[in-house]
Amino acid sequence: MNVLGLEARQVDNSPGQKPILYLEGVSVSFDGFKALNNLSLYIDTGELRCLIGPNGAGKTTLMDVITGKTKPDSGSVYFGQTLDLLKMDEPAIAEAGICRKFQKPSVFEMLSVFENLELALATHKGVWATLFAKLNNHQRERIEQVLETIGLTEHRSQLAGILSHGQKQWLEIGMLLMQEPKVMLVDEPVAGMTQQEVERTAQLLLSLQGERSIIVVEHDMEFVRSIAQHRVTVLHEGSVLTEGTMEEVQNDPRVKQVYLGD
Amino acid sequence: MLATLYKQDKLAIGLLGCIALISVLVPVCNLLFPVDSVMHFSAYTVSIMGKYLTFALLGLSLDLIWGYCGILALGQGAFFALGGYAMGMYLMRQIGNRSVYGNPLLPDFMVFLNWTELPWYWLGFDHFGFAALMVLVVPGLLAFVFGWLAFRSRVTGVYLSIITQALTYALLLAFFRNEMGFGGNNGLTDFKDILGFNIQSEAVRGSLLMVSGLVLIGAFMASRWVMLSKLGRVVTAVRDQESRVRFLGYRVEHFKLWVFVLSAMLAGIAGALYVPQVGIINPSEFSPLNSLEIVIWVAIGGRGTLYGAIVGAVLVNYAKTLLTGWAPEIWLFFLGATFILVTIFLPDGLVGFWQRHKHEQKQ
Ligand SMILES: Nc1ncnc2c1ncn2[C@@H]1O[C@H](COP(=O)(O)OP(=O)(O)OP(=O)(O)O)[C@@H](O)[C@H]1O
Ligand SMILES: [Mg+2]
Repeated sequence: MNVLGLEARQVDNSPGQKPILYLEGVSVSFDGFKALNNLSLYIDTGELRCLIGPNGAGKTTLMDVITGKTKPDSGSVYFGQTLDLLKMDEPAIAEAGICRKFQKPSVFEMLSVFENLELALATHKGVWATLFAKLNNHQRERIEQVLETIGLTEHRSQLAGILSHGQKQWLEIGMLLMQEPKVMLVDEPVAGMTQQEVERTAQLLLSLQGERSIIVVEHDMEFVRSIAQHRVTVLHEGSVLTEGTMEEVQNDPRVKQVYLGD
Repeated sequence: MLATLYKQDKLAIGLLGCIALISVLVPVCNLLFPVDSVMHFSAYTVSIMGKYLTFALLGLSLDLIWGYCGILALGQGAFFALGGYAMGMYLMRQIGNRSVYGNPLLPDFMVFLNWTELPWYWLGFDHFGFAALMVLVVPGLLAFVFGWLAFRSRVTGVYLSIITQALTYALLLAFFRNEMGFGGNNGLTDFKDILGFNIQSEAVRGSLLMVSGLVLIGAFMASRWVMLSKLGRVVTAVRDQESRVRFLGYRVEHFKLWVFVLSAMLAGIAGALYVPQVGIINPSEFSPLNSLEIVIWVAIGGRGTLYGAIVGAVLVNYAKTLLTGWAPEIWLFFLGATFILVTIFLPDGLVGFWQRHKHEQKQ
């Protein structure tokens, strides 16, 4: 923990907490192909949930549905008890507190590292407010803090486009932090990272759980094992194959078959 | 990033200095020195310089929406023409009973159509203040309605470019019609006074040039301030990765709309300054070809820099003045060829080339 200067949070992962995200019977099809098939998933407040599954299982599509990028053919998606996410568009969902890191690192390459974080800052996002926006001391400190956390302090004025793949991943995680979301959707955060960077990412995500709900999609099983303290969900062909602790899931013969069979 | 901005600033300051110098020196020398003096600038030079400056403003307006927002708007000429018509209507009302038919209330073309009273949309244009307001409101409103529909339904890329061309073409056809009440084919011309002063006089022409220079400098500073604000960074982000910006909570369509309306208003101002200096506004200003030319100015100058647009507009139009005097039929071929050569060899335009050159020199 000390590497990042972050304190581990007291995590209450006892089951029976109120879910913050409800997905029920969600189906998405692309030209007849069912990317999500009657999928149901509940994420608890403060939970760190790992989502695994073979290529094409529908993990990214699931995130697309939650963040408003893709509208499902059927099903319902609720944030908390009352917010119907299917009636909201991307900015509204982001403002409500659901933020996302993309599978392919998506930073603004023509802007500096600092400016990338500045744009992500949780503040008024209207046109006029943005035109007259000035960073106050508190916000400046917040950016500095996040720069420190993601280890890019020295690269602050560099264009994001010239960062390494791993650094871009970190920058995008930093942008997530700047948004101070209630729910973080993190799609393949450690792809292209060195072993050391992977460990730091694990520490970071662990330190955030409890305060925020986090869904992490990752193929790197060692990484998943290091952060999966509670529940892991396995997705296959657009629906939930099984759910349980990492151990339970790994010993499930169906999971073995899915991973070996493809 | 900061270093390049500083470098850009020095260039910008030099350019603004040039504009200020031209817009003061040319009219002053025109007035002060006798015709046979080497220091004398002819009335022709005054009016052509004024025209270039309004084109520079028009190029600048396109750079906001194309260079920064990434929207290749191919109908910028429409906003320019609308601003021009608003000013033209004021100038028509200033003619009063000095027209050929001598009708104190109606412009000649309305008398010719046997109209007996002024259409409602001409009311108020005898006041300069009202006309000046319309120079902003009419292009701004059109951009607002058009942009609201287009951006909200997420029309982008080539489709958006094509419908902006269609927009200006539709206006071209509409303004050609006599019944529209804007003088049809002939447009509005034969202006006499502006604010009570003789529009042909050298003092007024010189003043118009100065005002054009002043407005261009003001518009440049304002645009630069906007693009250096956080809004400018959001807009740049939209250009490079539109959908990502949405997931940060920004309503991308509102940002595009805001810049589009600003850009349309600047184009309108350019048109309003252009018309009194050339003495006519007619539907040909809506021609889709005009809007394409504006794109070429900005591409040649270098987009996304603001001053690139100014440099491009002035240079291309200077070349146009030279060439059309000499061999008008090859102008379009020349323009097309230059455009192709620039896109191949100078993708960042002249300004981009200059910057790279400077950069290499340093190393
Ligand atoms: N926009 C689209 N159009 C057509 N098919 C799509 C689209 N998006 C996803 N798919 C298909 O839906 C299926 C699920 O894709 P998705 O990206 O959700 O998988 P994934 O679990 O994230 O896989 P990976 O681990 O490779 O990232 C895939 O077969 C994919 O080809
Ligand atoms: Mg995926």
